[in-house]
Amino acid sequence: MSIDRREFIRIAGLTTFFGLGGKAAFELLTPGQLEAKMAQEAPKGTRWAMVVDMTKLDADTAKKCVAACHRIHNVPDLNNPVNPKEKVDPEDKVRWEIKWIWADHFHNAFPGFEQPYQQKLDHLPFLLLCNHCENPPCVRVCPTKATFRREDGIVMMDMHRCIGCRYCMAGCPFGARSFNWQDPRPFVKEVFPDYPTREKGVVEKCTFCVERVEKGLMPACVLESKGALLFGDLNSPKSNVRQVLQQSYSIRRKPHLGTNPQVYYIV
Amino acid sequence: MKKDVKNEFGVFGERPRVEKKLFHAKYIFGGLAVFLVLLLLPVLPNLGKAVPPPQPSLDTAAIQKLKGKDKQCVADTVWMRSYHMQLLGDWREAVVRDGKREVVGLGGKKFNPSLSNTCMECHSNKSQFCDQCHNYVAVTPNCWGCHLEKEKKVTKAEAK
Repeated sequence: MSIDRREFIRIAGLTTFFGLGGKAAFELLTPGQLEAKMAQEAPKGTRWAMVVDMTKLDADTAKKCVAACHRIHNVPDLNNPVNPKEKVDPEDKVRWEIKWIWADHFHNAFPGFEQPYQQKLDHLPFLLLCNHCENPPCVRVCPTKATFRREDGIVMMDMHRCIGCRYCMAGCPFGARSFNWQDPRPFVKEVFPDYPTREKGVVEKCTFCVERVEKGLMPACVLESKGALLFGDLNSPKSNVRQVLQQSYSIRRKPHLGTNPQVYYIV
Repeated sequence: MKKDVKNEFGVFGERPRVEKKLFHAKYIFGGLAVFLVLLLLPVLPNLGKAVPPPQPSLDTAAIQKLKGKDKQCVADTVWMRSYHMQLLGDWREAVVRDGKREVVGLGGKKFNPSLSNTCMECHSNKSQFCDQCHNYVAVTPNCWGCHLEKEKKVTKAEAK
């Protein structure tokens, strides 16, 4: 059975007139079906996330967390060269610094959320790291897919593919990525033998300790944090992070940008 | 005697026979000799000498400890010799992209697919093992820019 042009326009016009093509008609005739198709799929598998409990974190612990992370990932320390002769110019030190996790003031971590009467909050050492966003802009802009989002939510770097274009650094609104402007090895004093270093010309960042997580271990910063940092599966209702997030009010960095960051801060 | 031919361009006669002579012959042949020597300069010192074939050494403490069936690499030696770079590439994809931290080697033995932590654990003598062939065939793999060699070096005197 074929339908000619005139007939088609007639039917289309009539259905529009009676509102049969609209959402309301679908709701009336097949209730629930459209809703089910539009709803997002229930989360499957694991979704790693971190909770930073600022009520438990002090400056000393924060420093230890940073040191532990940077030690086991061979992150160069420009203040501490292997050869004491190789000093870095203070200006370059700021530019060339490599950081996976670092502590900063509230007004830097949460710009726009600061108030003039929260001196106590502003003196807390907010531990900042890659937020492992649900919608990571770094992944979207990477031209070689060197950075990608794993099934479990961890935003990973494939150093073999990185061409050092630094698009991801421009894309990341959290400053979580660092570029190797120089060979990092002369600034890794105590080399951790089980983890590679990086080379000149690649971008690096926190990986949520993927090599430890896959072995069933906690990330290095979490171990050092004396309970201030929690790491767990957000998709599991019984996980420690879900329990804590249910009980306490938490904030995230720059949520209005829509990247859906997965590091939560309890303040 | 031939008659001279005359046209509007001039008079063309039989050419006078002259002795054939190469001008500046000593400079030309001298120059050629110098050029040949320069050309062969890279070859001449090694002429007649055979470059010894590479002999990658398996003599490390970790390998010596292995006994019997365990004394076996992740794959067959001949295969490894030709395809170890592809194996390493596959391992890289497995670990970094797919998050697989276990591979099954020859004889069903399970390995952690890691250059520094598995390969170099046994072959801890990079200069005697990897570099032997790589130097012979003049390839410079860039693995070592990031991955650590784990070769125990004699501590160098630090410049102060």
